[in-house]
Amino acid sequence: MEIVLVGLNHRTAPVEVRERVSFTAEQARRAAEELRARGILEETLVLSTCNRSEVYGVPPESSHECAPGLSTFLSEFHSVRPDILSVSLYHHYDHEAVRHLFRVSAGLDSMLLGEAEILGQVREAYRFAHEQGATGPVLNRLFQGALEVGKRVRTETELGTRPMSVASAGVKLAERIFGKLNERKALVLGAGTISEQVVSQLRDRGIAQLHVMNRSRDRADELAKQFDGKVVGWGEWDTALQSPDVVVSSVSADEPVLRRDIVERAMAARGNRALFLMDLGVPRNIDPRVAELYNVYVYNTDDLCEIVQQNRNARESEVPRAQGIVDEHVTKFLSWQASVELVGLVDALRAKMREERASFIRSRMEPMKHLTETDRAQVEKLMDEMLEKLLLEPAERLRGEKELRRKIQNVEALRDLFLSNREKT
Amino acid sequence: MNHLFPILTGLAYLLSFGLYVRFLATGKKLTGRLGTLFLGMGLVAHYFALLERSRGLHTVPYHDLYGSMSLFGWLLALTYLGLELYHRQQSVGAFVMPFILAFFLAAHLAPADRLSPPAAHGATFAFHVTLSILAYAAFALSFVLSLIFLGEERLLRSHKLGNVVWRLPPLELLERMSKSSVLVGLVSIAIGTALGFVWVDRLSSEYSFYDPKYVVTLLVLLLYVLYLRLAGTGAWRGARASRLCIFNFLIVVLSFTVVNLYLSHSHRYF
Repeated sequence: MEIVLVGLNHRTAPVEVRERVSFTAEQARRAAEELRARGILEETLVLSTCNRSEVYGVPPESSHECAPGLSTFLSEFHSVRPDILSVSLYHHYDHEAVRHLFRVSAGLDSMLLGEAEILGQVREAYRFAHEQGATGPVLNRLFQGALEVGKRVRTETELGTRPMSVASAGVKLAERIFGKLNERKALVLGAGTISEQVVSQLRDRGIAQLHVMNRSRDRADELAKQFDGKVVGWGEWDTALQSPDVVVSSVSADEPVLRRDIVERAMAARGNRALFLMDLGVPRNIDPRVAELYNVYVYNTDDLCEIVQQNRNARESEVPRAQGIVDEHVTKFLSWQASVELVGLVDALRAKMREERASFIRSRMEPMKHLTETDRAQVEKLMDEMLEKLLLEPAERLRGEKELRRKIQNVEALRDLFLSNREKT
Repeated sequence: MNHLFPILTGLAYLLSFGLYVRFLATGKKLTGRLGTLFLGMGLVAHYFALLERSRGLHTVPYHDLYGSMSLFGWLLALTYLGLELYHRQQSVGAFVMPFILAFFLAAHLAPADRLSPPAAHGATFAFHVTLSILAYAAFALSFVLSLIFLGEERLLRSHKLGNVVWRLPPLELLERMSKSSVLVGLVSIAIGTALGFVWVDRLSSEYSFYDPKYVVTLLVLLLYVLYLRLAGTGAWRGARASRLCIFNFLIVVLSFTVVNLYLSHSHRYF
């Protein structure tokens, strides 16, 4: 009932390796099937996201023994040379594997601390593996625990509540002014990478209409096509600024492209409806004096970076609380695991002692010819009672007392002490 | 008099306030919902407290200043709960509850005055008073919402967001909530005033049509109509409209206090 984890993530592998070792749903299904068919693992689950590929499993033998086999399997499955893969792979066993998964689902192991998407990805990976029949009692319990950890961390801590990138901070700020953005319009000045990031965030929030204005018409067309927007001719300010609620600017220009007089005229034309301007250009694209205008909110890169930094600090300050939740659930899982293993151990011990009793009685009673059948039966009964007393009482205590199970977590030591290699399996 | 209902009301309002504050600080949905639940429980207990007090004194709740204040607190809580459920926004609770609590406590901690109860005036008069107090409560709510709007707007413009801004309702929602509240107030005060005139008309021998309260009420009506008209258009949209709303409420306070107590001969505590 040991647990093994072999995988790689954004910290251990560059993107070129990560993309080669990632799993599609079909590959995950096939890998799980092969791992069980080859007898490497009894229970399997593949977790594959853009930042990590991990295989969780319950091996038939010791987890330490099966790890090299798993690494070789991954190398063969993805046709990646073992020497390239070996430097990126990490191996975790038992409680370390449990802790790792719980940290992953809590967002503590993510590139962006506390990101929310990972919990959905863990849930989806578990659902998929469960439907395929690849999981068993151990992985079911493990992943249900992981989902509970993720949920608790997100509801009981502030780890995932605040924006962590300039683009998301800008979009969240727009929501502070307008509420939901699904009936709002946005204008994007410039069609570079930063604009693309913001547009992507705006589209995720369901922005109703998107206009793109760029000096190069071709690039504007491209971005507009990509995000289902419309292109506005460069410099047509009066038309362009009349309807949008959010303006995102990231243009390469030495002078501000949005001057105060342009925005002032636009505000008069739009009946002073609130306007949120996100200036992501360096040097700034929007005249700072625009911020003095009524109902105009201007945020530049520095302002947004400062918000991101504040949020990062706030998130980091929540890490100990999230870690506390992880620790609590690791202990809970290990206690459950120990109880299952201990009960199994007691059952194995009982079977062994019954067997020993039979041969012991046979050899010892052979010379005692004077004993009647009734006497022999009485002696056998007494021995049975003694064995039951020796074994049943501890077994019942183990079932009932969590604290005792926690203390006896190294079940293997007990197993080694009482059972031979053959009986252990 | 039995103090069970006032104690239950106070406890429920206090718990609701605490939960709303916690919701504002942490954003946990459960605490917000519990805040609403306790507010609802407080409203029920407050209703029975008002009923019990009225029965004990053999008069209407608005017979004295404290009764009027308690009824005002109850209607403020009722209006807020309606607004919260309508707009599905619980972040404002932390700001409204202190007002509800203040009116409730001020009313219930003080002894009743010893004036003889007024003569029974019938259903028309009762509706006139209740609707007028409901209007004042709704205007009080729009005042609180406008204050929050101005505070949040200032923080957003100065880029000093802190922790709370992320939990507050969006500016446009605050504006909408304030307008909804003013609309409730306007409808209530319009019907309430009309019923008042009907009642005065029936008893024209006893009461004069010339009362400073009428002028102030008309002014309040006009100012709030103006607010509704300006809040959605042109130069007044946003912070300026909120400032107007705050100014309007100062006139309401004037009407509720100075005019009622010192100038009007037919209005006392409503």
